[in-house]
Amino acid sequence: MKNLWFHLMPYKELPDNFRDQHKSVWVDIDPGLLDPSRAHVMYNEFMDELEYAAEVGFDGICCNEHHANGYGLMPSPNLIAATLARRTEDAALCVMGNSLALYNPPIRVAEEFAMLDCISGGRLIAGFPVGSPMDTAYAYGQNPSKLRERYYEAHDLIMKAWTAEETFAFNGRFNQQRYVNVWPRPVQKPHPPVWIPGGGSIETWRWCAELDYVYCYLSYFGYKLGLRTMRGFWEEMDQLGKDRNPYRAGFLQFVGVAETHEEALRLYKEPAEYFYGRCLHVSPAYVQPPGYTTEATIRAQVQSQVAAAAMKGRSKKTKRGGFSGGATTWEEILEAGYVIVGTPDEVAERLREVCTTLNVGNLMLLLQFGNMSHELAKYNTQLYAEQVLPQISGLFSEWENRWWPEPMAGADRRSPRQVAA
Amino acid sequence: MRQRSLRSNGADVRIWEQGEGEPLVFLAGFGGLPKWIPFLDRLAESRRVIVPSLPGFPGAEGHDRLDDLSDWTAATLDILEGATDAPFGLIASSVSAPLALEAAAMQRQRIAKLVLIGPFGVHDERPRAIDLWAQRPGPKSYPPLLCARPERYAALWEKPDDVDEIEWQVMEIRAREAAARYLWPLNDTGILKRAYRITQPMLLLRGTEDRLVPRTSLEKLNTAVAGEALIQEVAEAGHLVELDQPKALAGLVNQFI
Repeated sequence: MKNLWFHLMPYKELPDNFRDQHKSVWVDIDPGLLDPSRAHVMYNEFMDELEYAAEVGFDGICCNEHHANGYGLMPSPNLIAATLARRTEDAALCVMGNSLALYNPPIRVAEEFAMLDCISGGRLIAGFPVGSPMDTAYAYGQNPSKLRERYYEAHDLIMKAWTAEETFAFNGRFNQQRYVNVWPRPVQKPHPPVWIPGGGSIETWRWCAELDYVYCYLSYFGYKLGLRTMRGFWEEMDQLGKDRNPYRAGFLQFVGVAETHEEALRLYKEPAEYFYGRCLHVSPAYVQPPGYTTEATIRAQVQSQVAAAAMKGRSKKTKRGGFSGGATTWEEILEAGYVIVGTPDEVAERLREVCTTLNVGNLMLLLQFGNMSHELAKYNTQLYAEQVLPQISGLFSEWENRWWPEPMAGADRRSPRQVAA
Repeated sequence: MRQRSLRSNGADVRIWEQGEGEPLVFLAGFGGLPKWIPFLDRLAESRRVIVPSLPGFPGAEGHDRLDDLSDWTAATLDILEGATDAPFGLIASSVSAPLALEAAAMQRQRIAKLVLIGPFGVHDERPRAIDLWAQRPGPKSYPPLLCARPERYAALWEKPDDVDEIEWQVMEIRAREAAARYLWPLNDTGILKRAYRITQPMLLLRGTEDRLVPRTSLEKLNTAVAGEALIQEVAEAGHLVELDQPKALAGLVNQFI
C-alpha cells in the first residue's frame, strides 16, 4: 500500500473569532488577516515538513491548488513541487493537481508538469482536478456552466501534447492553437500517471475507468462518510467490468499519532478544532454556482432529497446547504471519524480497517492540519513513519500497481549540488 | 392562451400567445416562466402578446450548445423570427434584456421599440449590487432577492400537482444555468461598445426596490444608445417588476408602445 503525505498549507493564525466575525474562509476572506512575514515562516516550515516526510520514508508527498483560501496557501502547487523536485530524491511528487480549465492555454499544465517530471527524474503524479466552485467559478471567474466541457477539452489537449510525435494544430470548442509542441516532454512514457480527485459523481468514476486513471476521494470528512462513496465507486467498477485493484483508488484521511491515546487526544484537539471550526467556515453562497453540477447529478441529489423527505414526512424541508460537514467540536470530530487519533498500534489497526473496507491502495494522509505547530507536525510524521507505516505498507501486496511513477534509474539521475551552509 | 412550438437549432421552443392586434413579444426574466402570469393578461387586452422561451428556460431546450454571446444572440434572433413575421415591440426582463439589446442592435428594422425591465448587461460598481450568482442554495434565497413581494415569485414556482417534483426542481435550476451561461460572472456583456447601433425608442424600467440592477446601470445604457431612451422607476417593485406590479407595468408599457 502507498502512504502519501499531503499538505494543504493552512494559514495558521486566523483569529479566534473568525467564525463569528468573518463571512468566509474562501473567496472573499479578509486580506488584512494575512501577514506576509508570517506566511514566509509558514511556507518554509511547510516545505520542510514535506521534505521531512520524503526523508523518513513516505512513498509520496502531495500538494494541491486553492485560490483566495485561508486553509490553502498554494495558488500554485507547481512552484512548491519544483522546490520539492530538487530537495527530495525518491518520493513520488503528487501534484493534486492543476485545475485544467483555469489555464489558458491548457498546455501550460502540459509544459510545467513535463518540467517537473524532468527535474525530478520521472517522479511526478499528475493530478487533474476539475476544481472546486470556490476556486474556479468565484476566485477565478470561470463560467461554472462550461467548466466541465473546458476541463475535458483541456485534458484531451494535454494528453495529445504529451504524446504527439510532431507539432500539431488543435481546433477545439474552447481552445484553438495553430502550433502545439510541448518542450520538454515528460520523462515517463507515454505520460506520468494521472490521478483524478473527485467528489463522488458517477460520470467521473466512469471517466477514470475508461481512461484507466486513479480516482481519489479527497473528502475532509473521514472514512465513515467516505464509505458510501467508495462503495459506489467499486460497484460502478464492477458494472464496467474493471477489477477491484485497490491502487485504482485514493482516499484522504486526517491522522494524529502519539505515544499514548490520552496524549493523542490532548495534542490534536486544538489543530482539529481550528481546521473544522475556522478553515471550513465557507459561505454557503459560494458552494453551488449555477451549472457547476451536472444535470444528472442534480437529478440524483433531488431524488435522494425527495426520498429522504418522504421518509421523514417533511416534504417542505431541505438539507442545510454549505461546505462544512457539521462537526466542529473535538468530540463530534472524533465521533464522526473525521480524524483518526491514537497510539501507533491503534492508528495502524484503524487505518488497516479503513483501507480494507474502502479498498483503497493510496492513502493520502494529512498529518499537519489546522494550526498544528511545526514541531508537532514533525513528531506526528516521524511516529507515523516509524511505527504505523511499517504495519500497513504490506497491505494489497498481491496487487500490481500500474499507476505509480516509474523514475529514471538512480545512476542516470542528478542530485542538486550541495550548498555551503 | 394558445401554445405552439418551433424548432430552433435542433431544439424545441415553446411559444405562448394571447390577444389580437399589433405583435408584442415578451422575453421573461430570471428563471423564465413556468406559468402564464397576470402581467401578460394585461398586455393581451389590446395586443397580440407572444411569449417565446429562450434556450434552457422553462419550455425550451438547447442551452448547453450555446457557448458565447454570439451563439446566444443567433439563437435569440432565430426564435424571434419564428415568433412573428411582422415588425414588433420587444419587452425583455432581467436576464433576457442583454439578448434583446444584442438583437435590437442587429435587427433595427424588425424590432420597432424596446422595453427593458431591470436589465442586466451593464455592470456598474458604484452602488455595490448583490451578486445574483452567489446565493445560498435552497428555495428560500431567491424570492426576497427578486421581488418586493416574495410570495409572488414563490407562487410562480409552486409545483402544480400533476408535475413531477424532480423535473420541476431541475427545470428551475436549469434556467439559472442557462442565464449564467452568457452572464457569468459580472453580467457585463460589453453591449456599451455596440449600443451605437441601437436606434429604436427605448423605455428603461426598474423597480425602486431592485437590489440587483442599480439605476446607474440604466443611466450608462441610456447614455450609450443612439436612439431616444427614457428611464422610469416603478414604486413598490423589486427586480421582477412584472410579478410585483403587473398593472402599473402594463400601463407604462401600453403608454410607451
